[in-house]
Amino acid sequence: MAEEHREIDALSGTATTGHEWDGLRELNTPLPRWWLWLFYITIVWSIGYWIVYPAWPLLTNSTQGVFGWHTRSAVIDDLDELKRQRGPMMDKLATASVAEIVNDPQLLDFARAQGRVAFADNCAPCHGAGGGGTKGYPNLNDDDWLWGGKLAAIEQTIRHGARSGDKENHEGSMPAFGRDNILKANEISAAADFVRSLSGLSTESGADLALGKKVFANNCAVCHGAEGKGNREVGAPNLTDKIWLYGSDKVTIMQGIQNGRGGVMPAWNGRLSEPIIKALTVYVYSFGGGEK
Amino acid sequence: MTAQVRTMSLDRPAPGAPALAHLVAEAEVGEVPPDDDIPLYAPRREIYPQSVHGRFRNIKWAVLIVTLAIYYLLPFVRWDRGPSAPSQAVLIDFPNRRFYFFFIEIWPQEIYYLTGLLILAAIVLFLMNAVAGRVWCGYLCPQTVWTDLFFAIERLVEGDRREHMQRDVRKWTVETYVRKGLKHFLWLMVAWWTGGAWVLYFADAPTLVKELATGQAPFVAYAWIGILTVTTYSLAGHMREQVCLYMCPWPRIQAALTDEFALNVTYRYDRGEPRCSVKKAEQLRTQGQPAGDCVDCLQCVHVCPTGVDIRGGANLGCIQCGLCIDACDNVMSKLGRATGLIAYDTDLNIKQRLEGKQAFYKLVRVRTVLYAAVIAVVGGVMIYTLATRDSEGINVLHDRNPMYVRLSDGALRNGYTIRIVNKQLKYREFIISVEGLPSTLVDFVGLPPRADGRQLVSVGPDQTKEVRVVVTDYSATPPAPSTSILFKLIDIDSGETAEMRDHFFGP
Repeated sequence: MAEEHREIDALSGTATTGHEWDGLRELNTPLPRWWLWLFYITIVWSIGYWIVYPAWPLLTNSTQGVFGWHTRSAVIDDLDELKRQRGPMMDKLATASVAEIVNDPQLLDFARAQGRVAFADNCAPCHGAGGGGTKGYPNLNDDDWLWGGKLAAIEQTIRHGARSGDKENHEGSMPAFGRDNILKANEISAAADFVRSLSGLSTESGADLALGKKVFANNCAVCHGAEGKGNREVGAPNLTDKIWLYGSDKVTIMQGIQNGRGGVMPAWNGRLSEPIIKALTVYVYSFGGGEK
Repeated sequence: MTAQVRTMSLDRPAPGAPALAHLVAEAEVGEVPPDDDIPLYAPRREIYPQSVHGRFRNIKWAVLIVTLAIYYLLPFVRWDRGPSAPSQAVLIDFPNRRFYFFFIEIWPQEIYYLTGLLILAAIVLFLMNAVAGRVWCGYLCPQTVWTDLFFAIERLVEGDRREHMQRDVRKWTVETYVRKGLKHFLWLMVAWWTGGAWVLYFADAPTLVKELATGQAPFVAYAWIGILTVTTYSLAGHMREQVCLYMCPWPRIQAALTDEFALNVTYRYDRGEPRCSVKKAEQLRTQGQPAGDCVDCLQCVHVCPTGVDIRGGANLGCIQCGLCIDACDNVMSKLGRATGLIAYDTDLNIKQRLEGKQAFYKLVRVRTVLYAAVIAVVGGVMIYTLATRDSEGINVLHDRNPMYVRLSDGALRNGYTIRIVNKQLKYREFIISVEGLPSTLVDFVGLPPRADGRQLVSVGPDQTKEVRVVVTDYSATPPAPSTSILFKLIDIDSGETAEMRDHFFGP
């Protein structure tokens, strides 16, 4: 259409481009030429990226760019820089005892920050993101500790675990009284009712608490204590408080007596570095349940 | 008579009136290129604005001196804040995340003051626009101020319009090169100083000046000086009116915001048309025929920094700096005719006068009143919040997991992470209490109690401190699934308090 005619629009006095679409014509208001040049400059500029950064794929590699910059090496550099920045504090964490860490506010803040990350990476799968625990995995926020809640005891448990096979681990587990034919079904039922009564929970009507008491004294008191207060030496839980690792309903308790219990906590010595184990100890301690 | 008067409006130039594109690119008027050579890109037309004297020029000089003086010198103004804070009156302290403005100190979480400031700036811009058009563009915009300064340097070195144009078209002599070289050198010096002043807002100015001079300043300071030198030099020295015509969004927005009552720099064609020379006008007048006041001297065009012919009506290219008013007034005075052929006026008034009616100005109208009201409200709210804001703060974050903890004796415990803010420039000690539960124990994890058994949190000057707090409820009755509780932070010396509500969760 451009060949046919170029008009001056009568209304605006501006030349048209000569294009027409269904009677609509376009005014020619040209862009400034510097704009065009800027556009060309950006194209030339973009060539710089090919030269400066890794760009062209080759058979086994790619062009490396004149500065040797690479996203992967940049991340490694950043991580090294982070390590360097944290270095002095990490060294302090490695040499200080957990008791010293707790008494140094600056070190405590640092340890808790490190512990939070390490906990999320290593502990949260079982104990939950905030250490809230779940059935079979203890809640680390409360004041009930199977193996002790003092700083040293928490550190010991994290280092060597429970029933983990480690040389210094916590040992002792709940026997399978039913499966191993030590107790009969009616004895298990009576013992479960009796255990519930220890913490004031309701018992089934017609429960034989006398039998339960007898069964308890003969079989359970060895580990759980005559009054059912538990024993941290063997990780036997206190049966008189309001906290139940597996649940407080009768069926769950009977399952425990029938089949036994023995949750495993892995040993982290050697798997986690010295400062991280201490950081975890302090972090778990500061959930609020730590014992003085 | 009326046939000869050009009727103009914002959106539709009168037939025969030069259209915008041609006002900007005067050289193209009348030239129609061959069909197969449609110019899609227009060459730049050099603008040689002529110097002018008058009221609006004086206003522009005053604005230029005041704004640039503030910009260049403000970083050196001192403000004593004691030993634990910088003593620079205006400082954007990125490493420490603080903004200082004389007696005001802004923390990053108070960035909403910036939001308020931006709202204020926008509405003030709208109000200026509703009252007198592009006041911002003509007098206050940095692009205008720096371009004006660069024009002044250009005229100083290369001479005024006529001299400069003649030298450019003649064969270039050594003198031409020397003058042009000197001009660019001075431009670069101003641009360099502009970048230098910029970085001084981000660090202690006297120290940084010393470091810059001795080559010990951080690389980022030199980089920013370089960037701003290049932008100032190219935008104010070379791009000039192209920024307003092609790059800036405000002319487009402004056109949508204006109305028929807004005062604009206006050519009063009711008085100016028909244009003719002084002699011709006298002849016509003696013959009793109509003759306009405009003598077509083009002074208004020659002084225009964007190369606009204001007689074509209001348009995008006009930044409404008022210099054409000064130029025309000077000519009218010499001719012994009334000034104000070009003046702040409205098209509405021109039509009123053409119809023999009284011109009127309507400053108070819905939009100006509303803009002023919004400015008053936003400004009032900002001043109120700024004046009454606390110098301490408490932020409470409830544990995500577990929501609550059952203790061995059946009590319920909730864990919180609390951040205490101390905005004062001294050490302060705080105590935290919890209200809303019948029987509670509040324990700061890992915080040894003082001799009197209280757990006090000390926070350093101008700092924050994070503490973990566990709240245990011993009440006999089981609490509701969620109880609203109040954390109260108390400064043990001054008794000042800050409060934050949160929840205590139960089963």
